[in-house]
Amino acid sequence: MSTKPKVFITRRVPESGPTLLKTQCEVAQWNKDDPIPRNELLSSVKGVDALFCLLTEKIDGELLDAAGTSLKVVGTMSVGYDHVDLQACAERGVKVGFTPNVLTNAVAELTVALLLATSRRLKEAIRAVENGLWGTWKPMWLCGPGLEGSTVGIVGFGRIGMAVARCLKPFAVNCMLYTDFAERPAEAKEIGAEFRSLDEVLAASDFVLACVALTPDTKEMFNKDLFKKMKKTSVFINTSRGGVVQQDDLYQALVSGEIGAAGLDVTTPEPLPTDSPLLTLDNCVALPHIASATHNSRGAMSELTARNILSALNSQPMPSEIKAS
Amino acid sequence: MSVQAYITRQIPEEGMSILKKKLNVSSWCSENVMPREDLLKHVKGMNGILCTISDNMDKEVLDAAGPQLKVISTLSVGTGHIDVSECKKRGIEVLNTPDVASDSAAEFTVTLVLLVARRLLEGMDAVKNGEWGLWKPMWICGFEMGGRTLGIHGLGRVGFGIARRLKPFNIERIIYHDLYHKEYASSVGATLVDLPTLLAESDMLCICCAPTPQTIKSFNKEAFAKMKEGSILINTSRGVIVDHNDLDAALKAGRPMAAGLDVTDPEPLPIDHPLMKNPKCIITPHQGTSTWATRINMAKAAASNLYISLLGH
Repeated sequence: MSTKPKVFITRRVPESGPTLLKTQCEVAQWNKDDPIPRNELLSSVKGVDALFCLLTEKIDGELLDAAGTSLKVVGTMSVGYDHVDLQACAERGVKVGFTPNVLTNAVAELTVALLLATSRRLKEAIRAVENGLWGTWKPMWLCGPGLEGSTVGIVGFGRIGMAVARCLKPFAVNCMLYTDFAERPAEAKEIGAEFRSLDEVLAASDFVLACVALTPDTKEMFNKDLFKKMKKTSVFINTSRGGVVQQDDLYQALVSGEIGAAGLDVTTPEPLPTDSPLLTLDNCVALPHIASATHNSRGAMSELTARNILSALNSQPMPSEIKAS
Repeated sequence: MSVQAYITRQIPEEGMSILKKKLNVSSWCSENVMPREDLLKHVKGMNGILCTISDNMDKEVLDAAGPQLKVISTLSVGTGHIDVSECKKRGIEVLNTPDVASDSAAEFTVTLVLLVARRLLEGMDAVKNGEWGLWKPMWICGFEMGGRTLGIHGLGRVGFGIARRLKPFNIERIIYHDLYHKEYASSVGATLVDLPTLLAESDMLCICCAPTPQTIKSFNKEAFAKMKEGSILINTSRGVIVDHNDLDAALKAGRPMAAGLDVTDPEPLPIDHPLMKNPKCIITPHQGTSTWATRINMAKAAASNLYISLLGH
């Protein structure tokens, strides 16, 4: 007599995932919108076969040990996996699934939206209307750089970087540059982007987009020295992870005019405290990590996480597995 | 007798310097609009006037200038502030700046489409007001461009520019309504449809037509009732095309779901107008062409238009 595998879901998520899991598993769930407290999580994972988690749960040795030897797979409903200790999982034979691709379009879209809102000074414009500062039309009021004739630099030419480049092309961009550990000549040719070193991208670009994963190599890469290499009128956009930016250095760069403006969907910490100096700046736009926040993409992420988990439980290849390197 | 020109506002130096080289030019040295009495005084005896949309270039101004006035060059694409038929009667040429403005206007319209669809303002406010908690899967979810129908009302330079820019976002279908079929529509795969179809089938509807007797106040209660549930309406053309009281009621009824307006009637909209408080309506202060490069190019174009018309070369 076989019992169904046990899965614990750490939050209320779009129904597509839990519905799929319930066809084969016994599902327990923290069915709330707010994150599960750590001690609750540690007791809830005891003896489960699979864990469906979000980026708010730290998947480390402590948690894996609390689950015990029954745990076969962790599926995170995110493309970032910096909250997962891949090494610790590998040591215990626990597979890890994540959700690339299904959120690429939503993230590319929000990245472009954030770039446009930042460069065209939407925050200041909307506040001016709200605060009764809108007078009659003036030729140079609230003007911004605009994409027409500009040079765009994509730092990190992965799925999201490439999708963003494709979306930006028809905005009359003059020059699309990218940098990464390795060149991608085929994709770059199709998109019309050119490979350059990081320093060359920083020096030449009017718009610099951080599209890298957070790793020990990229942690706080965007710091004082890097901002110095950027144009004084440049616009910096980060929709990757807050951890790739040295945030105090960013504030200094914005306030001193070292760079022109910044648009951030990710910060350190998250949420950003309301007294953060970044929020006092007109030339900084901050969004609350909503790059993948569309009904389509969150539903798809939930479903893919469930499929990752079911595949692993059935000893089949996972649609999207991530392994320790 | 030397050729005299007057500029009704402080414009970028790149435009001023073109005129100073070629003509005897004087100007109103302020960022702000010329008061009416000053306008009527300073246009007297001018052969050419460079104006902006804030100047009401009506019969009274034309009379005040005198019969030697040969050309009005406006720092805009729109000419609604100029009595064009009266100018025609008097042999006064009216010139505008269409070609240099389209890219930034198309870009701004796409900015509004994405801003509204992805609820960026709610996101910005949530950060400021401390409503941002730890990451949640279903918070501030917007709608994606993928699989949607984009509708353009008026496939001119700006309308076409919008279609080109949104196409890579996996738009399913692009439809447009115009007076007649446009050759270049096929390059973005756009199909000509009648107005009722445009209203009924667009997920994102962008108003890009000029204000004419047919289009003025055409976006009214009847039109909104035909719009798709969950749709977004964007207007970056001219405010008079939309009935703003009807729009407020329509947004409250959910059809369209949300709107973004860069132009209103009047501008600015009075602070107590219901649309100003409607959370489903984002209003920006006529920023369509507000990039440094575009405004400079508009100034150069308006200046060139003026002196070429006056000096013939």
